[in-house]
Amino acid sequence: MSTSLSSRALAPIGIAGNLFAFALDVFRGLFRRPFQLREFIQQAWFIASVTIIPTALVAIPFGAVIALQVGGLIKQFGAQSFTGSASVLAVIQQAAPIGTALLIAGAGGSAIAADLGARKIREELDAMMVLGIDPIQRLVVPRVLACMLVAFFLNGMVSVVGVSGGYVFNVILQDGTPGAYLASFTALAQLPDLWIGLLKALVFGLIAAVVASYKGMNAKGGPKGVGDAVNESVVITFLLLFVANFVLSMIYLQVVPPKGG
Amino acid sequence: MGVEIQVNDLTKSFGKQLIWGDVTLTVPAGEICVMLGPSGTGKSVFLKTLIGLLKPDKGSIIIEGTDIASCSERELYEIRKLFGVLFQDGAMFGSMNLYDNVAFPLREHTRKSESEVRDIVMEKMDLVGLLGAEDKLPGEISGGMRKRAGLARALVLDPEIVLFDEPDSGLDPVRTAFLNQLIVDLNAQIDATFLIVTHDINTARTVPDNIGLLYHRHLAMFGPREQLLSSEEPVVRQFLNAQRVGPIGMSEEKDADELAAEAGQELPPLPPIPLQLDPSNGTPRRSQRPAGEWCRENGVTPPPGSFESSNAGLAPGV
Repeated sequence: MSTSLSSRALAPIGIAGNLFAFALDVFRGLFRRPFQLREFIQQAWFIASVTIIPTALVAIPFGAVIALQVGGLIKQFGAQSFTGSASVLAVIQQAAPIGTALLIAGAGGSAIAADLGARKIREELDAMMVLGIDPIQRLVVPRVLACMLVAFFLNGMVSVVGVSGGYVFNVILQDGTPGAYLASFTALAQLPDLWIGLLKALVFGLIAAVVASYKGMNAKGGPKGVGDAVNESVVITFLLLFVANFVLSMIYLQVVPPKGG
Repeated sequence: MGVEIQVNDLTKSFGKQLIWGDVTLTVPAGEICVMLGPSGTGKSVFLKTLIGLLKPDKGSIIIEGTDIASCSERELYEIRKLFGVLFQDGAMFGSMNLYDNVAFPLREHTRKSESEVRDIVMEKMDLVGLLGAEDKLPGEISGGMRKRAGLARALVLDPEIVLFDEPDSGLDPVRTAFLNQLIVDLNAQIDATFLIVTHDINTARTVPDNIGLLYHRHLAMFGPREQLLSSEEPVVRQFLNAQRVGPIGMSEEKDADELAAEAGQELPPLPPIPLQLDPSNGTPRRSQRPAGEWCRENGVTPPPGSFESSNAGLAPGV
């Protein structure tokens, strides 16, 4: 009784350990030749094609909401001239990587988990191993790299779309002046803000792809198992992303002093 | 020329549930063996353990001096190149057409030019009767074709050991008969070691040189075909003759009451042993033994009518 209880209580730690071991395997597979360039390009194209449009559509209201919220708040303080700056900081440091990550996990990650899960239950992965080919090197590494690459570029796109969205709303709806919005960009924001945003996007892409691949490759129990794997991979990725975002933001705010502070 | 597989004291369990324990057998080089067992006795698990997809709890599997159960990942990937495996549903890569599927191992493991690859792939496709279907995707063809395509892919690297996971499940009797003939012809041609996992007794009675029976978490018996087909051992006898009377029940084993109720019942006589399936060119395979040899050597009288026809004691349709 007590052993089954403790083994059940410790099960999540075991899963976390397995996930970490899997990530290490992926890291080792990264350096094994031959690199699967074809698979990498196909996957990058595939992930980009399922994420670009939804991401752009999410980015516009994301930028607008921040502009409205921050704009309203800042107006009460009487510091309208900093609206542009605040909106850039919020979009580039937080909204862009998070928005990117949600779509990479929701659209790209779920597709990866479903694909690998289906291959797992059709015994394709077993067949591959029996043919002497390591599925981690052959399938997972290209997917992880593709996810990171696409996340990196999507992050740039969300930044641009988000900031332009903020601009439109600030200028048209909140009677801000275009000049003040643009001029305040550099008042509080600085270049490292952009680097941390891009770094976050890379880390989020990595987490999303590793979790999705792990869950997909460990799917079991027929078609339902694949559905469960997809579902779990999206939920776990979201949780991990927000934790990772918190940690990265905290380290960044400690290490890089805010401008004018 | 085929490679011998030595299995010693192999035990596998999932969690607390023992699948089978203390399995010891030697699959002789170049021969055809069938591993039988009621549904759910871990036949497929046995097959997956043999190729190192699952780790046994204890015991060893020795192939060419390497122990599959304890060797490193790198050695495992090396030794797997000796294997060809036909999975239950063929396990074709869904995103590639049949040609690319069959060519896949060649492209990954050899430096052959595309034209050499083409020659080999076409030869194997011809062997399994799939010429003309190279451009089809696995989703577009029937289960039987997928199995044959899986077989072509398993054979493409000229394996020393070929494992079949239920080659006859989901196939009609005619296709099963064709596939069995193909297996025998292949063995005559490439002399590899064949291990077939199945619960089709017609296959088990006519195709192999040796039969093994997994039952109730252990290996009930393993030996030459004639030994098992003439055996009076209750489990072997019940299973190989598809009878209800005997120790195997609907769910695993029967309980004491059911067995007691059967105690007085007379067992039906053993059916005659059929002739082994010959290769289609008529020349016996290298590992094939003359009909009735084992029975004569061991002083066993085969059931009346044995070795007279190739379908004695079989269900109709074969």
